[in-house]
Amino acid sequence: MPKDGIGASVKRKEDYRFITGQGAYTDDIDRPGQSYAVFVRSPHAHARIASVNTAAATAMPGVVKILTGADYAADGLGGLPCGWQVTGKDGPMVEPAHPPLVADCVRHVGDQVAVVIANSAAEARDAAEAVVVDYQPLPATASIETAMAAGAPQVHDEAPGNLCYDWEIGDKADVDAVFAGAHHVTRIELVNNRLVPNAIEPRAAIAEYDRATREYTLYTTSQNPHVIRLLMGAFVLQLPEHRLRVVAPDVGGGFGSKIFHYAEEAVLTWAAAKVARPIKWTAERSESFVTDAHGRDHVTIAELALDVDGKFLGLKVDTKANMGAYLSTFAPCVPTYLYATLLAGQYTTPKIWCGVQAVFTHTVPVDAYRGAGRPEATFVIERIVETAAREMGLDPAELRRRNFVPSDAFPYQTPVALVYDSGDYEGTLAAALAAADYDGFAARQAEAEARGKLRGIGLSAYIEACGIAPSAVAGSLGARAGLYECGEVRVHPTGSVTFFTGAHSHGQGHETTFAQIIAERLGVDIDAVEVVHGDTAKIPFGMGTYGSRSLAVGGSALSRALDKIETKAKRIAAHLMEASETDIEFSDGQFTVAGTDKSVGFGDVALTAYVPHNYPIEELEPGLDETAFYDPANFTFPAGCHVCEVEVDPETGRVEIVNFAASDDFGNVINPMIVEGQVHGGIVQGVGQALLEGCVYGEDGQLATGSYMDYTMPRADDVPSFAVSTRTTPCPHNPLGVKGCGEAGAIAAPAAVMNAVHHALGSRGVSRIDMPATPVRVWRALNAA
Amino acid sequence: MHNFTYHAANSVADAAAKVADGEDAVLMAGGMTLLPTLKQRLAQPSDIIDLAGVAGLSGIRVEGGTVTVGAMTTHDTVANSSEVAAAIPALAAVAGHIGDPQVRNRGTIGGSIANNDPAADYPAALVGLGATVCTNRREIAAGDFFTSMFETALDEGEIVTSVRFPAPETAAYMKFPNPASRYAIVGVFVARTTGGSVRVAVTGAAGCVYRETAMETALEGDFSPAALDGMTASADDLNEDIHASAEYRAHLVGVMARRAVAACG
Ligand SMILES: Cc1cc2nc3c(=O)[nH]c(=O)nc-3n(C[C@H](O)[C@H](O)[C@H](O)COP(=O)(O)OP(=O)(O)OC[C@H]3O[C@@H](n4cnc5c(N)ncnc54)[C@H](O)[C@@H]3O)c2cc1C
Repeated sequence: MPKDGIGASVKRKEDYRFITGQGAYTDDIDRPGQSYAVFVRSPHAHARIASVNTAAATAMPGVVKILTGADYAADGLGGLPCGWQVTGKDGPMVEPAHPPLVADCVRHVGDQVAVVIANSAAEARDAAEAVVVDYQPLPATASIETAMAAGAPQVHDEAPGNLCYDWEIGDKADVDAVFAGAHHVTRIELVNNRLVPNAIEPRAAIAEYDRATREYTLYTTSQNPHVIRLLMGAFVLQLPEHRLRVVAPDVGGGFGSKIFHYAEEAVLTWAAAKVARPIKWTAERSESFVTDAHGRDHVTIAELALDVDGKFLGLKVDTKANMGAYLSTFAPCVPTYLYATLLAGQYTTPKIWCGVQAVFTHTVPVDAYRGAGRPEATFVIERIVETAAREMGLDPAELRRRNFVPSDAFPYQTPVALVYDSGDYEGTLAAALAAADYDGFAARQAEAEARGKLRGIGLSAYIEACGIAPSAVAGSLGARAGLYECGEVRVHPTGSVTFFTGAHSHGQGHETTFAQIIAERLGVDIDAVEVVHGDTAKIPFGMGTYGSRSLAVGGSALSRALDKIETKAKRIAAHLMEASETDIEFSDGQFTVAGTDKSVGFGDVALTAYVPHNYPIEELEPGLDETAFYDPANFTFPAGCHVCEVEVDPETGRVEIVNFAASDDFGNVINPMIVEGQVHGGIVQGVGQALLEGCVYGEDGQLATGSYMDYTMPRADDVPSFAVSTRTTPCPHNPLGVKGCGEAGAIAAPAAVMNAVHHALGSRGVSRIDMPATPVRVWRALNAA
Repeated sequence: MHNFTYHAANSVADAAAKVADGEDAVLMAGGMTLLPTLKQRLAQPSDIIDLAGVAGLSGIRVEGGTVTVGAMTTHDTVANSSEVAAAIPALAAVAGHIGDPQVRNRGTIGGSIANNDPAADYPAALVGLGATVCTNRREIAAGDFFTSMFETALDEGEIVTSVRFPAPETAAYMKFPNPASRYAIVGVFVARTTGGSVRVAVTGAAGCVYRETAMETALEGDFSPAALDGMTASADDLNEDIHASAEYRAHLVGVMARRAVAACG
C-alpha cells in the first residue's frame, strides 16, 4: 500500500507554492501590451440614466477606450443568462434582462454603467471619475418586507409586486390536516441573514483577442471555467467555443461566489476585440462588496406538529427569499431545490409543505454561498426541533433520537423528493454529545452562573445533499446544464501520471486528494502525479467545483478513468507475460500472473504502451490515456451533528463560544487532514453567520456594511479549538464511497450556535433573537425580556 | 490613490519646513490611517512628508515618575516595553489592544492622537492619565488637545514630538471593541493619582474623548466598583451606528468603568 494513498493525511502538494508566495492568481498574470479596466458603477440603488457623457474622460491621459451600456446595446449582444429556470404555481419565474453594462436604469449600488480602459489602472481610475453620468434617482426597496408591501418601488416592470416566482412543494391541505390533530405545534419566525462572501482573493479577469487566430482568451477567478465558456460564449457574446479559451488559474477562495458568470467577464472579453489589447480588471475590496453575489437572505415562518410522544407529524414552512436586483446564474434553485427538498432533515417527518416566494429588491444579486439552501434548511429544522423540545420539556437530543431516520431504513424516501443514500444519525449524535461532554453541561452551567455568565448548549443534526445530480433529474427541475464531471488520466511513457479534471480547486486541495487516489490505485508515488484543472484548452468539458461535488462526482470520474487504465494495462501486461488476461492481478503497482512468480511493473507496461515493439497491436491501440465522464445516480447525503456551547455576558451582551464539537459522516475519507481543515473553515463561516456577519442595507438601498470597518468577518480569536471527528457510512452509489465535506461546517454551525444562544438566554425570558447575535442585539433582547 | 510628491524629512525642522512649503502637504507617520484614506481617494494631498527618517522622534524614556513616548513610537513598542509595563502597565495594555499586529507594528502614538479618531484608544489614556502633548512649538495638556471629532488643538503644520505621561498610583483600561473594526465602541480609562484624585476618560462613546466627572467624584469618595453601581453615562449626544445605539453605549460606559476600577485592584 503506498504511504500516500487513500486515508493518509498527506501534506498538501500545492501548499509549497502558496505559502512561499509563488501561486499564480489572475492578478499575478500580466499579458504583453496589457491595458487596465475600471468600471463606472452606480452610487444609487435605483435611478434612471438620463445621459452618460464620456467626452472629458476620453480626453484624459492614457485612456484607450470608454464603452457604455449604449455601446453594448448597439452591438446586439445577450444579457447575462440564468442557468436554472424555476417554475412556480403560476408558471415559469420572471426572468428580467440582465445587461452586462446598463444603458437606461441602474438597479443596485454597484450596477455597472460603463467601462474605462486605459494604459494603467491609475489612469483608468482617474478617467472613470471623470465620466459624467446623469442619474435621476428613483425610490428603492432593499428588504423582502418593503419589496412585498403594497405600492413598493418596482425593480422590474415585468415582475409585478417584485415577485420572481411563487413556488411550493408538498400538499398544503394534506399537511394542514395533520396539524389539526396535533398534540403540540411549535411555531417560529426567523431570518436567515444576508452574507457577503469575501473570498480572500477579490475577483479579477484578463481578456485578450488574437487577431491572427481570432481566438479569445479569458483568465478569470472562476470555480468552473467551462461553465463560464458555455454561458458567455453561447448566450452572451455568441462566440464559438473552439475559439474561446477560459482559464481559471490559482483561485484564492470562492465559497460559491466565483461560480457565477459575471458582467465583468463578458464586458472585458467583448472590449478586448475592440481595443485589440489584453485588458485586466481586478476588483477592489469595496467593489467586491457591491458586485460579488451575496448569500442567504430569507425570512421564514415555520410550524412543526408533534404528537404526544414528540413524534413529528408535519412541517409547514413559508419562506420569502431575496433574489436581489437580477437573477444571478443559479439563484432561483437555491431557495427551492437546494432548500425545500432538504426540509425533512434527519427525521421521519411524514408530511411537509414548503412555499417559497422569491422577490426582487434593489440590492446585489443573491446566489449560492457555501451550503446554498442547505444551511437555510438546516437552520429552520434545527431551530424548530430544538424549540419544540424546550417547549415540551424534552431533552433536545432525545427528541431528535425519537424522530431520526433509523440506520436500517436506507435508502430512505423523504416526502420532499430526495432519497437518502446512507447514514447513521444516532451514531453521529452520540459521538458529538460525547465529545461535547453533554452530560456534564449542568455542572458547567452552574459554575458559569456563579461567575455571572449565562451558559447554553445547542445541537444541530444536519443533513446536506451534495454532488447535485443526476443530470436528467436536475434537467427536469429546470437546470439548464448537465451535472456530470469528467476526468482524463494520462499515463506518460515512464509511468508518471497527469490527471485532467473538470473540478476546480480554489483552496480545497484537489492536487493532493486526487493524487492520493491515483497513487493508491496505480501504485505510483504521489510526486509522480500532476493534477491539471482550470483551463478549457487542457481539460475535457467539466462542470467545476461547488456543492461539495469535486470528490463525489469528479473523484468518481477519476475512478472510472482509472478502471479503464487498469483494464487496458492488464491486457498489455498479459501480452508481456504471455498469460491470459483473466489471470492478471494488479496491486501495489505490480501486475502478476495469478499463482506464478511472474510479474511486470506498472512503469514497464506504460513504456510498452508508448513504445509498442512487443505489443498486441492488432487488438489494442497503443497509448495509455483514458477519459471518463461520470453522471451520478443520486445526490450524496453527508450528515452529522454539531454541538456548540456558549457563554453570554449579560452585562454587555457578548456571546463567547466556549466549546464546539462535531461528528460528521462524509462517507469514505481520502485525506483526513484536508477534511478536518474543510470542517474547521466551514464552522468558522457558520459562526460568522450566527454571531458576526450581518449585511445591512439602508432602506434607501445603500450598503451600510461595505467594508471591514462594519462587516464583521470571523477571526481566529472568535472561535475556540474545535473537537471534530468523522464516522463513516460509505456512499453506496459511487465508486469511492465518498460523500463530500466542503460545506458541512457552514451548514451545521449556525443552528448549533443559535440554539446555544437561545438556551443561554431562555432562562432570562428571551424567546427570539436573530442572526447575527451581536452584543447590542443580545443586550437589547435581555432588556426587553 | 491620486498622485503626490513624496518627501523624506530628516529632522523635525526639515519636516516643518517641508510641510509649510507644500501647497496641501501632510505628515505621514506609519501611514495606517493616511494610506487607506489616500487609497480610497478620500484625500488628495499635494505632498507627503514622511517622518520615518527623523531621528529622535521614536523611543521611550522613563524618568522619575514620568514616561515620555516619542511621537513615532509604534504601538507594538509601547505594548512590549518592560519600562512602560513597570511604570504604567495600563498604558502598555492600551497599546497592546490597538488593532492587530500589523497595525501595531506601523501605527504610532503621534499619528493616532493627531488623527483623533473618536473610537481610538490612546486619547482615553492621555486624558485619563493627564498627559502632556509636546510639539515642535509648545506643550499642550491632553485635556485641551482633543477638541472634537478628528480635530485637535494642533495648528496647521504643527508636529507632535512626544507625549509625557505622569505615572499614576493605579490605572486600568477596559475596551469593548467594535466586532468588525475592533476600534472601541466604548473604552474607559480609569486612573487614580497618589493624591487620590481620579480621572475617568471615555473614548468611542461620543464624538470625542471626554471625562465622566460624576463617576470621578463617586470614585474619589470610594474607589471601588460598587461606588459606580447604577451609574451610566447620559445617552444624549452619544454615537449611534449599526453596531451600537446611544443607550447601549451609555450602559457600556458604566460597565467598562466598573470593570476598569475592579482591574485597578
Ligand atoms: C486595521 C486597523 C485597525 C486599527 N485599530 C485601531 C484600534 O483598535 N484602536 C486605535 O486606537 N487605533 C486603531 N487603528 C489606528 C492605528 O492605531 C494608527 O495609529 C492610526 O491609524 C494612526 O496611524 P499612523 O500612526 O500610521 O499615522 P498616519 O496614518 O501616518 O497619520 C495619521 C494622521 O496623523 C498625522 N500625523 C502623523 N504623525 C504626526 C505627528 N507626529 N504630528 C502631527 N501629525 C501627525 C498625519 O498627517 C495624518 O493626518 C487601526 C488602524 C487600522 C488600519
